[in-house]
Amino acid sequence: MSYIVDRRLNAKNKSAVNRQRFLRRYRQHIKKAVGEAVTHRSITDIDKGEKISIPSKDISEPTFHHARGGVMENVLPGNKEFTAGDHIPRPPGGGGGGSGEGQASDSGEGMDEFVFQITQEEFLDFMFEDLELPNLVKRQLNGSDAFKTVRAGISNEGAPGRINIVRSLRSANARRIALTTGKRKKIKKLEAERDRLEAMDSALRDSAKIEALNEEIEHLKSVIKRIPWLDDFDLKYNLHAKVPIPKSKAVMFCLMDVSGSMNQATKDIAKRFFILLYLFLQRNYERTEVVFIRHHTSAKEVDEQDFFYSRETGGTIVSSALKLMKEIVEDRFPVGEWNIYGAQASDGDNWNDDSNTCYKVLTESIIPQCQYYSYIEITPRDHQALWEEYLNVKAQHPDAFAMEQIVSAADIYPVFRELFQKKES
Amino acid sequence: MKQAPISTSSEWTFELIETYDREIGKIAESYGLDTYRSQIEIISSEQMMDAYASVGMPLGYHHWSYGKQFLNVERSYNRGQMGLAYEIVINSNPSIAYLMEENSMAMQALVIAHACYGHNSFFKSNYLFTTWTDADSIIDYLLFAKNYIDHCEQTQGIDAVEAIIDSCHALMNYGVDRYKRPYPISAAEEQSRQKEREEYLQKQVNDLWRTIPKPEQSEAQDEQIHFPSEPQENLLYFIEKNAPLLEPWQREIVRIVRKIAQYFYPQRQTQVMNEGWACFWHYTLLNDLYDKGLVTEGFMLEFLQSHSSVIYQPPYDSPHYSGINPYTLGYHMMMDIRRICEHPTAEDKHWFPDIAGSDWLETMKFAMTNFKDESFILQYLSPKVMRDLKLFCIIDDDEEKDILVSAIHDDSGYQTLRENLAGLYNLGNREPNIQIVKVNIRGDRSLTLKHTQYKRRPMADSCEEVLKHLHRLWGFDVKLESFDGDTLKQNFQCPPKKEESSAPETPTIIST
Repeated sequence: MSYIVDRRLNAKNKSAVNRQRFLRRYRQHIKKAVGEAVTHRSITDIDKGEKISIPSKDISEPTFHHARGGVMENVLPGNKEFTAGDHIPRPPGGGGGGSGEGQASDSGEGMDEFVFQITQEEFLDFMFEDLELPNLVKRQLNGSDAFKTVRAGISNEGAPGRINIVRSLRSANARRIALTTGKRKKIKKLEAERDRLEAMDSALRDSAKIEALNEEIEHLKSVIKRIPWLDDFDLKYNLHAKVPIPKSKAVMFCLMDVSGSMNQATKDIAKRFFILLYLFLQRNYERTEVVFIRHHTSAKEVDEQDFFYSRETGGTIVSSALKLMKEIVEDRFPVGEWNIYGAQASDGDNWNDDSNTCYKVLTESIIPQCQYYSYIEITPRDHQALWEEYLNVKAQHPDAFAMEQIVSAADIYPVFRELFQKKES
Repeated sequence: MKQAPISTSSEWTFELIETYDREIGKIAESYGLDTYRSQIEIISSEQMMDAYASVGMPLGYHHWSYGKQFLNVERSYNRGQMGLAYEIVINSNPSIAYLMEENSMAMQALVIAHACYGHNSFFKSNYLFTTWTDADSIIDYLLFAKNYIDHCEQTQGIDAVEAIIDSCHALMNYGVDRYKRPYPISAAEEQSRQKEREEYLQKQVNDLWRTIPKPEQSEAQDEQIHFPSEPQENLLYFIEKNAPLLEPWQREIVRIVRKIAQYFYPQRQTQVMNEGWACFWHYTLLNDLYDKGLVTEGFMLEFLQSHSSVIYQPPYDSPHYSGINPYTLGYHMMMDIRRICEHPTAEDKHWFPDIAGSDWLETMKFAMTNFKDESFILQYLSPKVMRDLKLFCIIDDDEEKDILVSAIHDDSGYQTLRENLAGLYNLGNREPNIQIVKVNIRGDRSLTLKHTQYKRRPMADSCEEVLKHLHRLWGFDVKLESFDGDTLKQNFQCPPKKEESSAPETPTIIST
């Protein structure tokens, strides 16, 4: 007779720790793969896990074994044509021939790459690592819905910290009144009776009865006194409920300079910035749309592929993009319904007399309608006129405008932090 | 006297599993199968993947290599490249068998017959298992090992522990005693004695490496001290006892890996027999169930379908070919022994005079108990099985132009074929023969290993990597010299020799 045990309800993630150990050990490889994935993926598609592949030789566990060579004997099944003494030409390349000792791949698949899947959460973790995001922000990006606590009436149970004093005392008062009314009425009656007796002529006064009345009055008073001033069930607590923060629609405008001076590396940094912003918006709004506007001397709304990967040349007129954004907002995204976010990336080049126009468009039409507008300048060089004008914008709208110079991916976060600080206030 | 079938639907329930187990158990008893009590555990496919990843150990210490294994299994499974095994069975007492919940009733019955009666009786009776493993204490020991390594990770840091385990795993196959019975393991005792052992071991090591010269010893005598006095093949044991720089907890981890390697050692040597025995019994037991009328035709069809796919052997030129399927070879040989006993032909009488016509059950039990793969094949592989599987033998000599077919399944080839096939299952031929031959205890403390080549087979390049691990454990220079007869063929060293000192050096041949 055997024991039969149902283990299906036991934890199934027995290997979770070992899996983590593996990821930990091959951190560098995975980070590299994630970095590549970010550049290949669409912004709106960043919310998934990723297939990671690591060269097998990097993760092999070496043991002593024989190399090919010397005399190898092997026994094989399924002979069809051979007889003893036959010579078979050696297959070229040393592989195959079936006489290796399990070195060759046994499935048709190549064994050069060790491929595995990481989850979305792990993917984001690895991606954020470069960006040096603090944990709080990571959680917000990764994480569950945001909640706020709201009052939801009064309850009879709760934590001591939540006692509602007024309600509790009121209820105690009511209880005391309810429990003592009858007795107090009786006391009144008895007192009236006693007073009547006391008022009578002393000869007729029945002092024994007065005594008895007094005793009863005293007794009733002591009963009233014994009723507790505050009882357990008088206590009332404020009830709080967690309510998801109402979500609505947001639109994110990605503006980027695609003139000849922007190279692919610069665009990749910009892309990471856009991804972060997109993730942030996606967590906070029920629906997030993305509009891509690229510009050189004239601006154009394009799809993501063109946005990041098409090559353009020519000069730079930033205001063209701003004007287009303004038009699109007026056309398709009424401010009453949409939260509008703008994110602009550029290397700082602009026609000198255009920067002033930018300033005007931004301060007059765009910023008043935006939740937030951020500008990143990806350049190791000195600033130019555009930066100066934008500094003025910032001075005027410190709440809704952020700008930062970025040289490497790790610099993206400070811009972002401002966005979060604003959200918290 | 036909009975009503136990069940007709393919759904399983706990009651049905119990009934099937009871019925199969009754038949097994009538054949006199001696088993440990079984513990049948129903698990989900995710849990099966976990079980896979931990190489069948019901609980194991944490290590990244198991995570790698898990990711690999998970990927192949999710892609549909690989079906999960229907069962995993663990050599413990009670013997634990995992059944997947996705299986149909027929599959569950197959697994019960295969694992709980086939493998289980093999574990309990085969001499390798009874001599080398302790079914009673393995679970406790694994628990001890897991806790101890957890503890080390907390006190020493994950990286330090991981490094030691990496190195031990690289040498795991060289951590077994082949010729003497290991001391039985017991978790309670391990725990109580572990502290004591730590101190004792450390003291011994310190004594070996004593640097204060003994006054009565002359210089000449000193030179001649040969340590170890005999070559050592259990590398991990040698490290555990003698490595100069290891800390006590590191020695204990070496010991743990060694003990676990020892536990798996018999399994590596009895794959063909073990699977053959289990397949033979699930086939026999379930057919008996059918003869009794306890199962339906539908049940048998499902069973036979999966039985025949388990024992399918793709021919050598098929893209699915990946070596000889141990299930096929084992099953055919077991069935053949029964045939030889019951219906011997003239050929059988010539080849197996002592078993032809004997009692099949007794003969098979004798074979199961007293052999390992190599000797089992050498003893029992019959011409009929060689013909059925169309076996042929090739010799690939790198000094020849062509590969030579040295024997096929015909009268002149049977004997060669049998010897060669048995040779393939000889761990001694498969794994490089490496021994520790010398430690320079009065000089640079370097450790010298000797590889004795088998049929001129050289060491693979991975050798250098393994030596790095050995160097980590030993703490001083490690050399490996590969000899074909008396000629030095290959020379590995860790850390690698510097450019200047790579001047030609006459190898000193250590006669053993």
